[in-house]
Amino acid sequence: MLVSVYRYNPEADDAPYMQDIHIDIPGGKDIMVLDLLQLLKDKDPSLGYRRSCREGVCGSDGMNMNGKNGLACITPLSAVVKKDKLVLRPLPGLPVIRDLVIDMAQFYAQYEKIKPFLINSTPAPAIERLQSPEQRAELDGLYECILCACCSTACPSFWWNPDKFIGPSGLLQAYRFLADSRDTAQAERLADLDDPFSVFRCHGIMNCVSVCPKGLNPTKAIGKIRNMLLQRAT
Amino acid sequence: MVTNVTSFGRSGLYDWMIQRVTAVVLLAYTLFIVGFLLITPDVDFQQWQALFANTAMRIFTLLLVLSFAAHAWIGLWCVTTDYIPMTGLRFLVQAVTGLMTFVYVAWAIHIIWGV
Ligand code: SF4
Ligand code: SF4
Ligand code: FES
Repeated sequence: MLVSVYRYNPEADDAPYMQDIHIDIPGGKDIMVLDLLQLLKDKDPSLGYRRSCREGVCGSDGMNMNGKNGLACITPLSAVVKKDKLVLRPLPGLPVIRDLVIDMAQFYAQYEKIKPFLINSTPAPAIERLQSPEQRAELDGLYECILCACCSTACPSFWWNPDKFIGPSGLLQAYRFLADSRDTAQAERLADLDDPFSVFRCHGIMNCVSVCPKGLNPTKAIGKIRNMLLQRAT
Repeated sequence: MVTNVTSFGRSGLYDWMIQRVTAVVLLAYTLFIVGFLLITPDVDFQQWQALFANTAMRIFTLLLVLSFAAHAWIGLWCVTTDYIPMTGLRFLVQAVTGLMTFVYVAWAIHIIWGV
């Protein structure tokens, strides 16, 4: 099959280019894209990409495979290869450090803005703050996010305003803390989100939902934040 | 955070609410006019003038014009902040948009009460 990989080494190349490589998959097996990358790296050790857990847990190997963001380690070739061809690019919208490795600083800056930790002004109990099973269930579909950035880098609103729009990943996390019964900073959290960019740049295109490798739904969480803002204002 | 860049309402939420409410007004007016044209198929000048001579209709039309202006301004403000990263050019486009919106509103009021 033919693999076309985005290559860019800022120390050697004037501009990024696509490298076409013909490769035979041993035994014609339906391997994961990450395994394919290893085969490519065996041929050309200069190819750069991130990976760690190789089982969809760490969120390191988000990339754009034949036009769709996803995790290379849990994406089988059969799910993305079309006409025996695969185009691999870094996640779109963020600066490229080298080949498939992107600079996630802007993504993390947005995550930091939403204060991704519990804030509680009441005196700490002797052992731990308890939640009822129902309260705990509120966090399902939120806490599973692995911060792979597949969603935010698929979101046009994030492409145009990565410095002001929190993005689907950050907003999913924002709601994860707004919805937590053990958090007492709801009012402050909402006040921080009530500008024209942080939340309201989401136009509900749902690119985020269609790419999330963990099957999460940032658009729904964003809708809930909007409802909370509405409730607070009216 | 970026609270100083409010486009029209006092916050992102107000912009968002204004956008929804004005959209409903635009829809209601459109439905009304389409309905009117359906029940009066060959509308002539007299009927058209009688319709707009009605004060309720004038208020409805003024509401439409104001809704249209607010809706267009918020929408275009969004578009310019998305697609024009150069501050100078963005400011220029926004200024021209704002000025045109104002002219259109004043002109429309003139027309509505000139019928
Ligand atoms: S639904 Fe909102 S956050 Fe998700 S991709 Fe669309 S604009 Fe971005
Ligand atoms: S919401 Fe999904 S796509 Fe977005 S960062 Fe979290 S796990 Fe990745
Ligand atoms: S290598 Fe960890 S998610 Fe793919």
